[in-house]
Amino acid sequence: MFRIDFNKLRFLVCDDNPHMRRILRTLLHSFGAREVYEAEDGATALEMYSHYVPDIVITDWAMPIFDGLELAQMIRQPESKGNPYAPIIMLTGHSEKRRVTVARDAGVTEFLAKPISAKGLYQRILNVVASPRPFIKTKTYFGPDRRRNTNSAYMGPERRVGEKHEVLQQPSLLDKARSSI
Amino acid sequence: MAKNSAKDIEVTAFATHQIITQPNPLRKVLRRVEEKDLDDPIGRAEQALADLSGEFKSWMTTEVNRLSSAYVAIRNDGFTKARRDELFHAAHDIKGDAATFGFPAAAGVAESLCRVIEHAPDLEKVPAELFTHHINAILAIVHENTKLDSISISAELSRRLRKVADDYLADVNRDRPEHLEVILAPSIAPAE
Repeated sequence: MFRIDFNKLRFLVCDDNPHMRRILRTLLHSFGAREVYEAEDGATALEMYSHYVPDIVITDWAMPIFDGLELAQMIRQPESKGNPYAPIIMLTGHSEKRRVTVARDAGVTEFLAKPISAKGLYQRILNVVASPRPFIKTKTYFGPDRRRNTNSAYMGPERRVGEKHEVLQQPSLLDKARSSI
Repeated sequence: MAKNSAKDIEVTAFATHQIITQPNPLRKVLRRVEEKDLDDPIGRAEQALADLSGEFKSWMTTEVNRLSSAYVAIRNDGFTKARRDELFHAAHDIKGDAATFGFPAAAGVAESLCRVIEHAPDLEKVPAELFTHHINAILAIVHENTKLDSISISAELSRRLRKVADDYLADVNRDRPEHLEVILAPSIAPAE
């Protein structure tokens, strides 16, 4: 069984709603986090991202100046001097499937629909800490592998062309750890 | 801590894409513990939320007042993009926050209102009653939520408003299949 040492993690929380920021701060501090930086809009969050180099970003979708989707796209710049690989958890009231797809295509690592719960947030953080996915770079996308599962019955066109390793199977660190017990 | 050095990053190139792998930069924060480990971070966080709950009613009142003000501005001066966005964001925040604050029925009504704002082809043509019924329902739910018998009434009110809004949206979008598809698609959010 594994636990996360939250006191070694640095979080950036971005939400324009002060009540939701307070809830997130409360949850993260209760988990054990000490370093939680807060921004109320996408522009401030991007500045703080460069300055504090957080390990994990938790962002709302709808925000002033630029939104969480644009923030994710700006972080996911492969040539940037900053860290384009940080896990991004999108916490949002948007709960339609098409929104999840749009967020995924912007490079978001995990999606958490409000209402927020301690369990849901913990689980998303555990996912990004214990089971990071490889990154994929194409002409139009840079971000975590959007294929979480391999469907052997898939019958459609193959969108990734190349060698035989078209789908990379990477057991998570957690799975590896479990299997070694 | 979260960034590996460039030499740790391995890039495998294919015809149409690259696969980039690296050692997990967060592996050092994972700690193996005994099964009987008594530390319960989720329970601790739930307790911290419960300790905060005394403030939820006041927070909810602030959110509802913001929604109400946004609609008053529209009723007085009509829809503009800025006023429409403010109404949507106020409703959207309630949709996301209300269940956490102990008002799940208000979240349902706010979601219904968000759908009207997002999918009505012309907001000027939406019957004013559809807006006022939603906003008044949220106000009533927040103000009356302490009474046990009002909770089931709130849930019923939320369901009926959603039905009225969905019927309206289905009618006005009958020639807009892309909107109909979204309106009829199930939400991924957990049910109440």
